[in-house]
Amino acid sequence: MTAISDTTTRQASSPYGEAARQALWAALLSFGLFFFFIGLESTQDISNRLILQSHWVTLAIVVALVALGRFLFIAFVIPAVDRRRANRAPIAVVDEKDQSFIRRHRFKIMIALLVLYPIFILSTAGLQGSLKWVNNFGVQVLIYVMLAWGLNIVVGLAGLLDLGYVAFYAVGAYAYALLGTEFGLSFWILLPAAGIMAAFWGIILGFPVLRLRGDYLAIVTLAFGEIIRLVLINWREVTNGSAGISGIPKITFFGLFDFNISSPDYILKVLPESIVTLFALRPSGAYYTIFLYYLILALAMLTAFVTIRLRRLPVGRAWEALREDEIACRSLGINTTNTKLTAFAIGAMFGGFAGAFFAARQGFINPESFVFLQSAIILAIVVLGGMGSLSGIAIAALVMIGGMEILREMQFLKIVFGQSFTPELYRMLLFGIAMVVVMVWKPRGFVGSREPTAYLKEARAVSSTFTKEGHG
Amino acid sequence: MADTNLQTPILSVEHLSMKFGGLVAIGDLSFTAPRGEITALIGPNGAGKTTVFNCITGFYKPTEGMITMTRQSGEKFLLERLPDFQITAKAKVARTFQNIRLFSGMTVLENLLVAQHNALMRASGFTVLGLLGLKSYKDASRESIEKAVYWLEKANLIDRADDPAGDLSYGAQRRLEIARAMCTGPELLCLDEPAAGLNPKESLALNELLLGIRRDTGTSILLIEHDMAVVMEISDHVVVLEYGRKISDGTPASVRSDPKVIAAYLGVDDEEVTDALVEVGDDHILEEGDVAPPPALGPSETSSMFEGPIEDTVEEAGSETIVPASPAASKAAQVEAQTGATDPVKPKGPAQ
Repeated sequence: MTAISDTTTRQASSPYGEAARQALWAALLSFGLFFFFIGLESTQDISNRLILQSHWVTLAIVVALVALGRFLFIAFVIPAVDRRRANRAPIAVVDEKDQSFIRRHRFKIMIALLVLYPIFILSTAGLQGSLKWVNNFGVQVLIYVMLAWGLNIVVGLAGLLDLGYVAFYAVGAYAYALLGTEFGLSFWILLPAAGIMAAFWGIILGFPVLRLRGDYLAIVTLAFGEIIRLVLINWREVTNGSAGISGIPKITFFGLFDFNISSPDYILKVLPESIVTLFALRPSGAYYTIFLYYLILALAMLTAFVTIRLRRLPVGRAWEALREDEIACRSLGINTTNTKLTAFAIGAMFGGFAGAFFAARQGFINPESFVFLQSAIILAIVVLGGMGSLSGIAIAALVMIGGMEILREMQFLKIVFGQSFTPELYRMLLFGIAMVVVMVWKPRGFVGSREPTAYLKEARAVSSTFTKEGHG
Repeated sequence: MADTNLQTPILSVEHLSMKFGGLVAIGDLSFTAPRGEITALIGPNGAGKTTVFNCITGFYKPTEGMITMTRQSGEKFLLERLPDFQITAKAKVARTFQNIRLFSGMTVLENLLVAQHNALMRASGFTVLGLLGLKSYKDASRESIEKAVYWLEKANLIDRADDPAGDLSYGAQRRLEIARAMCTGPELLCLDEPAAGLNPKESLALNELLLGIRRDTGTSILLIEHDMAVVMEISDHVVVLEYGRKISDGTPASVRSDPKVIAAYLGVDDEEVTDALVEVGDDHILEEGDVAPPPALGPSETSSMFEGPIEDTVEEAGSETIVPASPAASKAAQVEAQTGATDPVKPKGPAQ
């Protein structure tokens, strides 16, 4: 008791002294931790002997950074947070009533920003410079947003833990790749076909796992994902095995024009001469990327629209009720078998759409794109965003996937860690750290509360303390 | 509704048996629930009341026996053959649970909308038409909210409609569960201990809700209850179970004065049984304790049910009806052995 009161009084009197003390401890701890990880490196010399190489400067920098971070955290961040918490309580009640313009129209604003994003990039980075930004940050993130929204139906709404979601992504991708290359069918025909096929496989998976819950369900779905991948690897006659399928046809603009420079329907050849000269358009791959961006944006918006609609329909409510209490569902006359199967099928369908898009965008696919890690990342995005919340999931996808892409750009870290430091190798480490931090800070994800699907007087979000995660 | 239908009981249970391995939870139970009445199923803890409920509502498949539900239209359903969800959807039997099972993360209103799933599903063209946003679904949706509001008003929950169900007080959750069951449009409502954990005021409100349901909708009610105030007050018909067998069946007044019921359930305290056994020199008791019998000796659950006017009967039931037997034996059987069995329902001693 005395020790506790001692520290609190000391903290209150001078945060800097306490911060310095804590920083020293943090430095010691990190020194102990990183001594072998960073400080020493065992390598072979020319005559193949094992020698120890020391990196004292790097170690010192890391330890100093940790100590500095701890010092700043104790001395400034914690008092600031406390002050804000003390000040915030009375204010929050007041401004809850009159929501600001931005808050009320936040979804419309978000969509407008997403639509304007490529135009903004084009005007700042130019035609060639825009490629990277639109492709890596736009298309890549939106694919994951769509996948996570699809998985959200299964995991977030119906509460069925699915660790093999990437299987449906693979089914969609291979459906488009095989049918597109073999029969030359158009993307616009194969997109629904890929969705239907994935939904079919969703039902195939759904049937045997209907009776399973929780951990058992997770394991079986995990196995299902692996089965699909192994079939893709080993069924060489059809899938070409690990070598994958290349030369997947590009998407055309509904057959009106396309994006192959050599094709007679190339966009610049089809567009009126005046427009081409007016904007001084040059042949470039950027048109296709921008087209892909708007396509995946439309697909993602379709996913969101359908999810929002479905939540207000009886089937969507039944999914959420299933997550809350399956036995009560059955006592109310809900056919839980059909309800689960529709959740699997519709979730899988959006995975299939995303897969077909992915195949068309890459032009080449092989089973390496559909490993378990992909399922894990998609699931992580759903959990991180807050199960069931579309906006939370979109933010999580942006943070996780966009964050990973940003790390490629952080070449300045080489100055700190030496020329041999490759930031992209640390992507997964930071991914993990980010997840731990978010889960500690917000255990139910970015948006833990759920919006009611119907209301009498006013729609009040349901706090995450009441919602359940489902039993599998 | 045809006139003949009035006489046919809404639910008839015939020769129902349920065995879990070697344990006979229910043995050859037959009873009927009259149409438009409130039937109470009572009995000491472990008598198999909830098992009977689970058999009726399809959560268990009975080992033997037949459960017939006759709807107002005259349609008959053999409940033991239907999958559980169809018992609610087609046979129109709704139930509540002993430990409340609400969708706690959904609002009160949403809970009632989920209960109207099947009607809304048809209205939404099995999702397809609803997805397209057709008007027919919007109308059905509005109607479903009106129906929910009707039951919210009945259950006195209208002010809490937009709150999460998990945020309600215990009594309100009980009422909401009944309102939710009513939203499925049942003809038979099965309530598993609706008054458990309610204070006297809430219990009174519950009585009114149940009587109101019967009066306004003509729904028959089958309920399990430990609170004798509720049972005697509202039920028209009482079935008493002990060790999975029926020991009495009739109006509340007749059941109340049945000596077997008094012995089994209402009358004799476990301590009194032990006292009586000590008095007559039962071997088990004498072996077990050399002092006055400790209260923990027998299963103490039954002792908690002695409340109100029923307690008056304890005295009469006391020493004269107790016969020497092993402590676990059916008390009703003890009475029968003493008085000579005249009732056709013969308990065959303890179910192990």
